[in-house]
Amino acid sequence: MEIERNELLRFSTAGSVDDGKSTLIGRLLYDSKSIFEDQLEAIENTSRKKGHDGVDLALFTDGLRDEREQGITIDVAYRYFTTPKRKFIIADTPGHVQYTRNMVTGASTANATIILVDARHGVIEQTKRHAFIASLLHIPHVIVCINKMDLVGFSEDVFHKIVNQFEEFAAKLLIRDIRFIPISALLGDNVVNRSDNMTWYQAAPLLHTLETMHISSDLNKVDARFPVQTVLRPQRDGFIDYRGYAGRIASGFYRKGDKVTVLPSGFSSKVKSITGPNGELEEAFAPMSIAIELEDDIDVSRGDMIVRSNNVPDSSQDIEVMLCWLNNRPAQPRAKYTLMHTSNEQKAMIREVMYKYDINTMERIKDDKQLTMNDISKVKLRTTKPLLIDAYKDNRFSGSLILIDDQTNETVAAGMII
Amino acid sequence: MSKYYLSYLEELESEAIFVLREVWAQFQNPVILFSGGKDSIVVTHLAKKAFYPSKIPFALMHVDTGHNFPETIEFRDRLIKDLGAQLIVGSVQESIDQGRVAEEKGKSATRNALQITTLLDAIESNKIDCAIGGGRRDEEKARAKERFFSHRDDFGQWDPKNQRPELWNLFNGKYFEGEHFRVFPISNWTEMDVWNYILQEKIEIPSLYLAHEREVVWRNNSWIPNSEFLRLDEREEVVTKKIRFRTLGDITITGGIESEADTLEKIVQEVSAMRQTERGNRSDDKRSENAMEDRKKLGYF
Repeated sequence: MEIERNELLRFSTAGSVDDGKSTLIGRLLYDSKSIFEDQLEAIENTSRKKGHDGVDLALFTDGLRDEREQGITIDVAYRYFTTPKRKFIIADTPGHVQYTRNMVTGASTANATIILVDARHGVIEQTKRHAFIASLLHIPHVIVCINKMDLVGFSEDVFHKIVNQFEEFAAKLLIRDIRFIPISALLGDNVVNRSDNMTWYQAAPLLHTLETMHISSDLNKVDARFPVQTVLRPQRDGFIDYRGYAGRIASGFYRKGDKVTVLPSGFSSKVKSITGPNGELEEAFAPMSIAIELEDDIDVSRGDMIVRSNNVPDSSQDIEVMLCWLNNRPAQPRAKYTLMHTSNEQKAMIREVMYKYDINTMERIKDDKQLTMNDISKVKLRTTKPLLIDAYKDNRFSGSLILIDDQTNETVAAGMII
Repeated sequence: MSKYYLSYLEELESEAIFVLREVWAQFQNPVILFSGGKDSIVVTHLAKKAFYPSKIPFALMHVDTGHNFPETIEFRDRLIKDLGAQLIVGSVQESIDQGRVAEEKGKSATRNALQITTLLDAIESNKIDCAIGGGRRDEEKARAKERFFSHRDDFGQWDPKNQRPELWNLFNGKYFEGEHFRVFPISNWTEMDVWNYILQEKIEIPSLYLAHEREVVWRNNSWIPNSEFLRLDEREEVVTKKIRFRTLGDITITGGIESEADTLEKIVQEVSAMRQTERGNRSDDKRSENAMEDRKKLGYF
């Protein structure tokens, strides 16, 4: 298939168990003709065994035995589909008990998130939580799908009431772009095809919205940040003196001849060459994987960052972050964790829990300092050496970090630098 | 490139290169699991780009079931020579000879499941801490759950309920002794993406993917190639057909499809019109609804 706009859009879905999230994804794939016949056959068989009338599209997304048996989604799964306009990656996140952790995981790379609201119930606590997390993660686009419109007589009033409810509380959040779409995932209204039942709704159905959303400004193209992953030293014929710094541009542009500074050493040089996947380039931009050669022979290694000399990130050992705890084992007081930030790795300690969020009310809790699974809190971290940091709201890649528990090697927390 | 955003194939390529470099930076002794199929060929091609102008710093490891298409082995050996890479072979036949595994019985016996032991033995004896593979999440519903960096315990097992969350582009490759990782740089690619990329990059692939005349037998709704390993029953008949393969596995279980697609362009056209998933012709997946998940939990690729 030729893809017209040739872009990749990543989106995640959020919704509680019975909001129809799986049905929506199934509908999106089914109506856009992205389900293969043998997959459909398998779903039809299972639907019949379970005694459903017709095909249960929700079955399409449950990949694991336990999920099919219990009818729940345990872990984030990724789905793919392509239309003549775009390629899509769906992070299908479970709306279950572990919602915060899963939402954070699924949404960390997403351009957009879909929040499902049951038209019969309107904005409930779960909706607020989802919107709050979307705002914390600075997901560039939020689409609120008001689902099950068929169960409220496709009422325009119900739709507007929910939109108003949502807008009222979202005023306190940081969401740049919100859209509202009335849908019925079960019947397919306004998912891929325009609804005949809701002619009062004039804007685009969900798929068209996803296809046309402006996403090329989602990445920071201003601050040049190049974390060095590894050093390429071929030492073979024709490349005896080659010393390339390999990495993926986190944000901004690099051009041949740019004056750059290597951090943390602070030495300056100029970009001598840029090699992309298809050879030499005059310029490169995020999110390209490239290798940079510098004019001068300076010591550069993994964990260093090459930046433009007139625009450098902050450097600090004391970092304030919004931390989402992801692990069953609570945070241990003053315990040391391994911190990963861009290609850099250091030891870090949680010095102080400033407050936790009650994500139902969005209020700050100051007297409970215990960090357990799914908690979101503002903490002070101290690292053994300074980190080169940007605020997460300006840069998702140089503003994010994870903590790893050295006792278990598990990733226990996700952090967004303030 | 003046548009300042990447096309979807460029973005997938950039992501895969990032992952391959991350493997090199985080592991001591990684290998590329190479089967001779299109996905592992694409991963190898991406590794060439990721480390250019250096050579691919990984050895290639082939788990040889002994039931190969001869074309696959020829292709493998030629590629290894061109790359100047090291080849590690884990042999299922040796595992059988050593009594580590026993051959399956019955008409539909395959050596597919036996690969698990050979693969895990090869990982252990070569002290491999990361096996890079061409697995894609669109292949199968259990694979849709895989992480880029997928942890395997001391027994080589995958625990889908206890995976490390993967956030932003921060990949945690930490492990204890005896454990290892499977890494899938083309996780986010679909079958169509792989074909479009092969076409765009003019990557050489085994002739088996292109339509050609071949002796085949109709079994399990697909054309199984005739070979010395195939046991026919009296109702089955060997015929010659123009076919091609959509995936390459063991010669005993890989079903071909009737096709006239004898160029890459025609394959891309044909695949984009397909109404069946590519694994629809793999009889190993048809054994039960959970076949892939169950094998993966045990350490299968």
